[in-house]
Amino acid sequence: MPAESEVTWVEPAKLGLFEQLYLPIITDGLTTTVKHLLSVGSRLTESYPEQEPKLPPNYRGVHRLNKDEQGRTKCVACYMCATACPAHCIDIVAAPAPEAWKDREKYPETFVIDELRCIYCGMCEEACPVDAIELTTLYDLTGLSREQMIFDKEKLLSVFDQTTKAGTDPVRTRSGALGPASEAPPV
Amino acid sequence: MPTVYVNDTPVEIGTKKLNCVQAAELAGVLVPHYCYHPGLSVVASCRMCLVEMGELKDGKVTMQPKVFPGCQTPVKDGSVIVTGEYATKRANTPLAYDPAYKPGDRAKKAQADTLEGLLLNHPLDCPVCDKAGECKLQDYSYQFGRTESRLVDEKNQPPNKPELSSKITLFTDRCIMCTRCVRFTREISGTAELQVVGRGHHEEIDVFPGFPLENKLSGNVVDLCPVGALGSKDFLYTQRVWYLKTTDNVCGNCSTGCSVHTDTNKDIVYRLRARENLDAQGYFICDEGRWGYHYAQSPDRIIRTYTKAADGKLKAAPLGPAFPSMLKKLVEDALYVTGKKAVVVLSPFLTVEEAFALGTAFKGINKDVRLVLGPVPVVGEDDHYPKNAKGEHVPPAKFTIHAEKCPNRHGVEAVLKQLQGELIRFTDVTHHDLNFLWFAGGYREPKWVDMAIPDGWKAPPTLIVQDHFASKLTAAATVVLPATTPFEKEGTFVNHAGYVQPFPRAVKPGTEVRSELQVAFDMAGKKGLATVAPVRDELAKQFPQFAALAELKTTANKKVALATV
Repeated sequence: MPAESEVTWVEPAKLGLFEQLYLPIITDGLTTTVKHLLSVGSRLTESYPEQEPKLPPNYRGVHRLNKDEQGRTKCVACYMCATACPAHCIDIVAAPAPEAWKDREKYPETFVIDELRCIYCGMCEEACPVDAIELTTLYDLTGLSREQMIFDKEKLLSVFDQTTKAGTDPVRTRSGALGPASEAPPV
Repeated sequence: MPTVYVNDTPVEIGTKKLNCVQAAELAGVLVPHYCYHPGLSVVASCRMCLVEMGELKDGKVTMQPKVFPGCQTPVKDGSVIVTGEYATKRANTPLAYDPAYKPGDRAKKAQADTLEGLLLNHPLDCPVCDKAGECKLQDYSYQFGRTESRLVDEKNQPPNKPELSSKITLFTDRCIMCTRCVRFTREISGTAELQVVGRGHHEEIDVFPGFPLENKLSGNVVDLCPVGALGSKDFLYTQRVWYLKTTDNVCGNCSTGCSVHTDTNKDIVYRLRARENLDAQGYFICDEGRWGYHYAQSPDRIIRTYTKAADGKLKAAPLGPAFPSMLKKLVEDALYVTGKKAVVVLSPFLTVEEAFALGTAFKGINKDVRLVLGPVPVVGEDDHYPKNAKGEHVPPAKFTIHAEKCPNRHGVEAVLKQLQGELIRFTDVTHHDLNFLWFAGGYREPKWVDMAIPDGWKAPPTLIVQDHFASKLTAAATVVLPATTPFEKEGTFVNHAGYVQPFPRAVKPGTEVRSELQVAFDMAGKKGLATVAPVRDELAKQFPQFAALAELKTTANKKVALATV
């Protein structure tokens, strides 16, 4: 709470006789409506689902677990995403990495995201130290039961295959280099 | 009175022989350190505790022209300690320093430089390191270190050593060579498995080939490690430490009664760590206690109530609202006829409060009931450390694992003697013809119960057993009740030396578990949820030895001076 002395109280501007009539404002609004009615060629409405929207690359839709060059999950089971998650929708069980994986000691045995609980804030993506979890532009998430909406590791990895194959979501960050989804750094 | 000045704050040290780290602690100033541990010898090898030192004489301060390792430098009357935190933590009235001297600058630079040196070869794998969150290297780097590394060369990456021990793994690259673990195996356990091999930046902790780190105190090296180099395989990758809730508890696995930190998450115990308590055991705990908590989560544990059906088999009984009165009626019916042939066994695993509440409740129903001390499990002989190469103990003892595997024989005995004037042992009553037996157990090994039951033992018609695991007794029981582990209850244990230790509850017992104290409340006809506080008050009133318990409303994070029993 700011102290009373720091607060500046602003009075709303006083309306004159012209503004109090409200008629000019109403005419102004109706003009816009009529303009859109008449402009047949440039429709603003999208005919979803026939016509799919074009989303910006930093859209926050369904999660995916990224794979590295060898097809293994990039995730190292550090629990940073689960710790950052405000909705507590990520559940990880860590285990020692397979013997053949020389470059790491720990990997996720299971990695489950409850997509119904998720609020799609993108904190998991920000917290991830190895760029393993990303939110994609898949927006039309549906399921027939609650169980279907709880995504396990295999499902999340398949989202990676699906989105990279379709070309909608290229891998965004590569070891610190900024990808298309990142905002321009502040000047 | 000898006085030491820490960042201009005067501290009276009395007759104690202290070093700078300890003197600064008295003044509430942290001197960061890695290799120094109060239970081990001082080597001053990590150089993290560097401080500026001087002397106050005739109102004037003479400072030494270099920094000193605080852990190795003793203080005396008039010593002046200036730490790197002088600028933020100093007292309001500064001492009479030389005007050219800038207090704290040298120490601050020394700390930052030391940390930079320690971090040269330390991998930045905090996200996958189990120590992250409670790591001293992480904390001090944040508090005293630099934000960026200037190293351009490649870091050393020596291979990990999971074969170091069956219980402990070594992440060699994370080690900062404080040698606490080496000194522990040489000075406390005496087994000396660990050593430093190599020179300079290629120094590593290692064991001799064929002689892994296997002794009964080995788990302490994990506690001692200030970074994530030594890891317990039992805890490895199970939890991140910031999810854990720590409760100051007492180990219930032997009569030493070690003070421990119990780390839990969502009512599951994940780890036990040693808690410093010089009155109980010192700085360390044994492996049996450290990794002996798994029975609490064993799938074989009795977690609900069973009653004997008409066909003689035990059937799960619902724990409804009528259950307490049903149980009380069963006990009253049995005790109405046969007071003298009735026995209530109070095991040495119960807390003092439980033994007292159960004892008074049953004496209240029928004063002829005999209260009996349950079987006292003794395994082998008391194991003293340090040991020499032949495995023989070299006095003086620095740590003892007691053969008596129960935490509270002294406490329960004191309660029994007070309640009925004499102490009856379980072996005294096994040959008697009994009509009623209540067995308040809590044995983590069912064989300890089985061993106490002689061959050809005849079960009394009413046998109520409250225990963790199926045994000969539960097989013959009329009613089987689940028991609570020391993690699942608040109470008081009295250790082998008569030292009284109250402890809080770390986890909630299972939903179908009616705790010993609650059952005692049921038997006494008291309504509502059982709490320890009123029992403690009553206990303190009746028993002068436990008088100090009365002031103890909650045991969490409180230190009380307690009498010995």
